[in-house]
Amino acid sequence: MAKNQSELASVLVTSRGVKQKSVRVKKQYKGLQSIMLGSILPIVLITVWELLSRIGFFPSYQLPAPTVIFQTIVGMAQDGTLWGHIGITTYRVFAGFVLGTIAAVILGSLVGFYKKAEQLFDPMIQAFRSIPSLAWVPLFILWMGIGEPSKVTMIAVGVFFPIYLNIVSGILGVDRKLIEVGKMYGLSTFQLVRRIILPASLPSFLVGLRSGLGLGWMFVVAAELMGASQGLGFLLVVGQNMSQPETIIASIILFAIIGKLSDWVLKKVETRSLHWQDRLVK
Amino acid sequence: MSLELKNVSRTFNGITAVKNISITAEPGEIIGLLGTSGCGKSTVLRAISGLDNDYDGEISINGNTKKEVHDTTGFIFQEPRLLPWLPVLDNVTFGLKGSRAEKVQRAKEYLESVGLSGKEQLYPRQLSGGMAQRVAIARALVTSPEILLLDEPFSALDAFTKMQLQDLLLDVWNTYQSTVVLVTHDIDEALYLCDRIIVLRGQPGVIDTELVIKEERPRARGSQEMAEYKRKILDRLDLNNAHSYTS
Ligand SMILES: Nc1ncnc2c1ncn2[C@@H]1O[C@H](COP(=O)(O)OP(=O)(O)OP(=O)(O)O)[C@@H](O)[C@H]1O
Ligand SMILES: [Mg+2]
Repeated sequence: MAKNQSELASVLVTSRGVKQKSVRVKKQYKGLQSIMLGSILPIVLITVWELLSRIGFFPSYQLPAPTVIFQTIVGMAQDGTLWGHIGITTYRVFAGFVLGTIAAVILGSLVGFYKKAEQLFDPMIQAFRSIPSLAWVPLFILWMGIGEPSKVTMIAVGVFFPIYLNIVSGILGVDRKLIEVGKMYGLSTFQLVRRIILPASLPSFLVGLRSGLGLGWMFVVAAELMGASQGLGFLLVVGQNMSQPETIIASIILFAIIGKLSDWVLKKVETRSLHWQDRLVK
Repeated sequence: MSLELKNVSRTFNGITAVKNISITAEPGEIIGLLGTSGCGKSTVLRAISGLDNDYDGEISINGNTKKEVHDTTGFIFQEPRLLPWLPVLDNVTFGLKGSRAEKVQRAKEYLESVGLSGKEQLYPRQLSGGMAQRVAIARALVTSPEILLLDEPFSALDAFTKMQLQDLLLDVWNTYQSTVVLVTHDIDEALYLCDRIIVLRGQPGVIDTELVIKEERPRARGSQEMAEYKRKILDRLDLNNAHSYTS
C-alpha cells in the first residue's frame, strides 16, 4: 500500500514521458532490494556453516563444508556424470508429468462436464485418492519391473490427482452468469465449452499443473530411491551407502534448483496466460 | 417481433415470486416494467429471455412458445457480465457472426456511440463500473436484436451518460424497430422511453397498473405532461407523500 502510494506520488509530480521510466526504474530498484533482503539470511547461514566446518565443529563425515559440496558438484560436472543424472531425473519427471496431465485432463473434463461421468468415475477416483500414492510402488515394481515404466507410472499417478481435482473444481466453479451470456448468444454446448468454460477454468487448471509438478518432483525421489542406476535420487542412495554426506547434500541442492526452475517456467506461463485476471499486483 | 405473455407465474422453492403476468407487446413497442425492489421484474425478464424455463404459463415470441433462448433476443443484464479474459473489443464482438473485419468495424461504431472509442484493448479489470456497463450495452446493441430485454441497464451510470445512452437506445430502436422490454427503477427513464409502463407490485408481484404514454418522441424530459404521469405512478406505488420525489 505504502509502495503504491509513493509510486502514485511520483507519478503525479513527474511529467508523462518521464513517468513510466521512473516507475520502471523504481520497480527494478524495489526488485533488487527484495532480492538483497531475501539473500541476507542464507548468506549469513552459509558463512557460519563454512566457518564452523573449517574449525571442525561439524565433523566432516556428517556435515561437510559448503565449499566441499560445491566442489563435489563441480567435480561431477567436469567428469560428465552430473548431466546424466540430471537428464534422466528430469526426463522421468517430464514423462510422468505429461502422462498424468493427459489422463487428468481427459477424466477431469468428462467428470466436470457430464453428470453421468461424475457419478461413474468420481467416487472411484476419490477412493483411490485416499490411498497414499507411495503405497503403489511395490505393486508397480511387481508389474513392470524396476525399469523406467514403473517409475514414470508412479510419477504420473502422483501428478494426476492435483490436476484432476483442480480441473473438476475449475469447470464446476465457472460463473453461471457468464454461461448465461453465452446462452443468450445462442452458443452450442461445444462453443460454450470452448469460448466460456475453458478460459474461465484455466486459472484453476494452471494451479493444478503447478502443484502436480511439485508432486512429480517428490515422487521421482521415491521412485529413484527404490532402485535406479542413474539419477539424482540414485545419488542420494550412493551418498548414503558410501557415507558421503557431500553427495547427498549436492543432490538435494540440485533437486531444489531444477524443481524451482521448472516451477518458474510454469509460473511464467501462468502470468502470461492469466494477465487478464484482476489480482492484487505484487 | 411480437411478444406475448399469458398468465406467467414463477415459483422458487414454494415461494411465488410473480403471479399471473400477462403482457402483449406489439412489434416495435417499448414496454417499461416498473416496481419496487424484489417484486419480480428480473424474474419476468429472465422468463422472456428463455434463460429460465421453469415458469408456468406461456410466453410466445412471434408465435413460438418454445421455452428456449431465441437467438433474436438480446439481453442487457443488471450487471455488466463481461468476459474477463477478453479485451473490450472482443467482448463487444462476442455475439457477432461474420468476418473479423466486419465484426470489428461494427463493434467500433457501437463503442464510439457509448463513448468508449480508444478503449478497445483494455481488459474488463481496467474499466470503471460505468464503463463496463457501457461495454455490456454496446455488446447487446451491436447484434441489433429484434427483442431487446434490459434489466436496469443504466442504473450504474451518471445522469449525463444515462441520458446519452437512453438516446442511443432510441436510435437503435428507430433503426431496427426492436421490441423492447425495459426494467427500471427510474420513473423518469420509463416516461422518457416507453410506449407503455407496467407497474408491478407486491409479493408475489402482480400487475398493478398499465399506463399508456401517447406522447410523441423525442419527448421533453420533465415536461408538464410527464410530471402528471409521474404523479399517477407515484400514487400507485403509495410513494406520493414524499414531496422531493415530484419535481
Ligand atoms: N434464483 C432464485 N431462487 C430463489 N428465489 C429467487 C431467485 N431469483 C429471484 N428470487 C426471488 O424472487 C423475487 C423477485 O426477484 P427479482 O430478482 O425478480 O426482483 P427484482 O424486481 O428484479 O428486484 P430488483 O429491482 O432489486 O432487481 C425475490 O423475492 C427473490 O428473492
Ligand atoms: Mg432485478
